[in-house]
Amino acid sequence: MAAILEVRDLRVEFPTRRGTLVALDGVSFSIAPGEVLGVVGESGAGKSMTGAAIIGLLEPPGRIAGGQVLLQGKRIDNLRYEQMRRIRGREIGAIFQDPLTTLNPLYTVGDQLTETMLTHLPINPAEAKRRAVEWLELVGIPAAAQRVQSYPHEFSGGMRQRVVIALALCAEPKLIVADEPTTALDVSIQAQVIALLKRLAREKGTAMMLVTHDMGVIAETADRVAVMYAGRIAEIGPVREVVKNPQHPYTAGLMASIPPLDRRVNRLAQIDGAMPRLSAIPQGCAYNPRCPKVFSRCAVERPELMDAGTTQAACWLHAKAMTDA
Amino acid sequence: MFAFIVSRILQSVPVLLVVALISFAMFAYVGDPVSIMLGQDFTEAQRTALVAELGLDQPFFVQFARFVGNAVQGEFGLSYRLSRPVAQLIAERAPATLELAFCAAGVALLVGVPMGVYTGLYPRSLLSRAFLTFSLIGVSLPTFLIGILLILVFAVWLGWLPSFGRGDTVALGWWNTGFLTRSGLKALILPAITLGLFQLTLIMRLVRSEMMEVLRTDYIKFARARGLTNRAINFGHALKNTMVPVITVVGLQLGAIIAFAIVTETVFQWPGMGLLFIQSVSSADIPVMAAYLLLIACLFVTINLIVDLLYYAVDPRLRAGRGKGH
Repeated sequence: MAAILEVRDLRVEFPTRRGTLVALDGVSFSIAPGEVLGVVGESGAGKSMTGAAIIGLLEPPGRIAGGQVLLQGKRIDNLRYEQMRRIRGREIGAIFQDPLTTLNPLYTVGDQLTETMLTHLPINPAEAKRRAVEWLELVGIPAAAQRVQSYPHEFSGGMRQRVVIALALCAEPKLIVADEPTTALDVSIQAQVIALLKRLAREKGTAMMLVTHDMGVIAETADRVAVMYAGRIAEIGPVREVVKNPQHPYTAGLMASIPPLDRRVNRLAQIDGAMPRLSAIPQGCAYNPRCPKVFSRCAVERPELMDAGTTQAACWLHAKAMTDA
Repeated sequence: MFAFIVSRILQSVPVLLVVALISFAMFAYVGDPVSIMLGQDFTEAQRTALVAELGLDQPFFVQFARFVGNAVQGEFGLSYRLSRPVAQLIAERAPATLELAFCAAGVALLVGVPMGVYTGLYPRSLLSRAFLTFSLIGVSLPTFLIGILLILVFAVWLGWLPSFGRGDTVALGWWNTGFLTRSGLKALILPAITLGLFQLTLIMRLVRSEMMEVLRTDYIKFARARGLTNRAINFGHALKNTMVPVITVVGLQLGAIIAFAIVTETVFQWPGMGLLFIQSVSSADIPVMAAYLLLIACLFVTINLIVDLLYYAVDPRLRAGRGKGH
């Protein structure tokens, strides 16, 4: 089936006084209809930036400097603001990290829902009101018919994130960009919200790009996963393969640093060093100064994604396999 | 809600009593009413009789209580200068000042808020920079100078608008309004601009900074991600959130506009309370000054109460704590 979203060689730059910072470099991936793509990585790896670039809401002065974003085969990265506005909410829904701050405190949740639907759907206000109640029920808010008139501050954090999910889905987009939707929530609530997102995405056939740094959430939810490092994709592949059998040393390091629950360990595994700042990305592979398997080529040439068994990894360790094939 | 209003009114009682005390003290320390009323020739017996008649031999607090009691009933005695009841004098002048003040506040709001929104939305545009420069002039030039400049340009050079007075007025009951005649409206333009200009620039700068603050919030980003129109985002979601601080300032400034219309009224010889006050000061007409002081205090207290009530109308988060709950 044709991809819902295709990102080709995306490059995002931030022009600053001290020169241009490259926040995303050569990011390519696609999401099939109904598929959930997890995007993981450390803070600053470019996960959220990728999401923002797709929905066309990069913080200025950040801008897309190269590559393409295609939604159902049509380019959307070069649209004008007004054309893109019609796509946001209608074709691509977005969920943000902190439900406490993403809802406007001065409008009832019902108003915010009907406003979104009336903006995008050819329905009348009475119908929008009816659907608003329906959506609140659908995301599991009890007594939805009364709660539709409540203000955001009258809901708990978890309930607010459910409202945010309803808002993102209410115009029935084909793709959801969820940027760390559970990071700000209690652990006990996280599972509920993830389960809800997963269920709704499946029922509505909505594809999802799920940005998070929580491997547990990814393993639970995603079909495929992309691991990002310093503005590039380090490894991408089916979630089981990436988790069980990581092909990029960085992914392996990430997986190893998840503490096991089934046995005691005296010392938690960690990756030494820190991710480079955008202004000081090393030559060659960005991961080479921290990589335990580094060899001469890594410091010179930058690896692109290449086939590495069941996944694709941007690592020279797999270069031989590629030339053989 | 009712309890809140009652508690705010009770809170304002001490404020008003303190102001009453100050106005009352003016009688005791600025001039002696007895000698003023007796003139040059009088006997000691006449003096004591008058003192007793006026109740000036009573203890301080009894006198003060009588003053407050009369003031509550709107009774402030006779003006020394005009020998007419003070309450009547103020009631005659109040419409002029109130009409001027509300027009000035209207100008400030209707021009200041859109300018603030525009400069907040497009902080780098040329027009925004022009507005900001203009506002700097508005803030830094003193009111009387602006008034005189406006008179020079529009009354003297161009001859479009009158330079002083209120024009023709129409009596609606006891309220003399200048809104219903052409000359009344024309006379209102220059003083209203003069009085409102400072507030206009203040409101513009306030709305601008609030707007820039609100536009950075997550809920505005989320509103964009929901694909709402710019119009809905800027004038609905963003502007409404800037309104709480704006209401505070506008409320306080409205009080200030009424209380300190004195300068503008003097420049334009506007027959309002401010001009009455200035004339009373120059002839040491204590009863008028005392009454004016109290009136202004009442006005500030009332406006503050209204401002507090408006918060409740605008911000649902304040309503939650009181009674309604979850």
